[in-house]
Amino acid sequence: MAKIPVNIDGKAFEVEAGKTILEVCCDNGIEILTMCHLEGVGDVGACRLCLVEIEGINKLLPACTTKVAVNQVIKTNTERLKKYQKITTELFFAERNHICSVCVANNNCELQELGYKVGMDHVRFPYLFPKCETDTSHPWFVMDHNRCIMCTRCVRVCSEVEGAHNWGIMNRGFQVRIISDFDTPWGESITCTSCGKCVQACPTGALWPKAVVQGQLAKQPEMIAELVQKRKMNL
Amino acid sequence: MTKKKLATVWLGGCSGCHMSLLDIDERILEVIKLADIVKCPIVDGKEFPEVDVALVEGSVTSDEHLHEIQLIRKRAKLLIAFGDCAVTSNVTGMRNYFSKDEVFNYAYIQAVSNDKQGKTPNHPALLKLQEKVVPLQEVVDVDFVIPGCPPSADTIFYVLFEFLNGRVPDLSQERKLKYG
Repeated sequence: MAKIPVNIDGKAFEVEAGKTILEVCCDNGIEILTMCHLEGVGDVGACRLCLVEIEGINKLLPACTTKVAVNQVIKTNTERLKKYQKITTELFFAERNHICSVCVANNNCELQELGYKVGMDHVRFPYLFPKCETDTSHPWFVMDHNRCIMCTRCVRVCSEVEGAHNWGIMNRGFQVRIISDFDTPWGESITCTSCGKCVQACPTGALWPKAVVQGQLAKQPEMIAELVQKRKMNL
Repeated sequence: MTKKKLATVWLGGCSGCHMSLLDIDERILEVIKLADIVKCPIVDGKEFPEVDVALVEGSVTSDEHLHEIQLIRKRAKLLIAFGDCAVTSNVTGMRNYFSKDEVFNYAYIQAVSNDKQGKTPNHPALLKLQEKVVPLQEVVDVDFVIPGCPPSADTIFYVLFEFLNGRVPDLSQERKLKYG
């Protein structure tokens, strides 16, 4: 693929045309915060953490769904971006009920890590305390909506990698929910193959195997990309 | 340098943060060189005094807590939200998904251990629970927060030691932040 010149954080790079800003930054060791991005599935720009500034464009654009362009001047670490990253992180915590101390994912959680990275010591917004369901109907796995941040990694891995299309999205705004089939209990799903990829893809303790207890969950989200690669190679 | 006055308070929490405070072990001798501990949950029930630093564990769950935290705010030069309950409402806030009546009904009457024969306590001497549990910063200005359930003894000592020596601690360094 043809190489094009771009400028990221004041440095000049020759990068492959057609790649996203996120891919180019990852290739060149520039860290960009992400939550909904998962290697192996398509990007949707849901979490808004990877927003970058691009000279000449008034609004902030997500690095994961914006492709590089010739002579683009990109900034990834301005004070304005850091401010928004912190706000976004705090809103994740305020929107649902993230009680780290009783969570299976405690100390193995991408949301917790994100909080530490942006230096969040408290949340400046009032907590919503929504009443959320916990679906325990599946024989092996649990879906706890209290801990879901709507990154939709489970939805994408289920449709794009497993091809089962069990997970979907219902409603909008703060009432948005992940649903199994047509909002029926997960255990009654006729599409779920019980493969467990959604559990591995989930960045928080929203999806977890029943076999683990508080703080004992360890996930391998990188196995999704590995699986996709192996399938391409027809191994 | 005159000795500073330090208070530790236990509002709506499990006292785990105070246990973690005790885990600073012999370093408490360093603390008391710099400050007198003039109020803590194991001293007698006198009114909250004027202090330099107040470490407040727990969230605001009742009329009594609200009154106490407002008094502490008036009398403490530096108010530190101490632990996840004080900072986020944490486990104590888990009753917020239900109405207060539902919570009382479940805790005192419907719970299996009550055999459906329990009674809701209603003595005038008891504190009155608020409809919703809130973290400290929703009712008073908080000067510093130490998240964690509980915060580690090292972090607690670090924060105390810095403040008592007139410096401002920085929790973003060396992975001192911790939730849960």
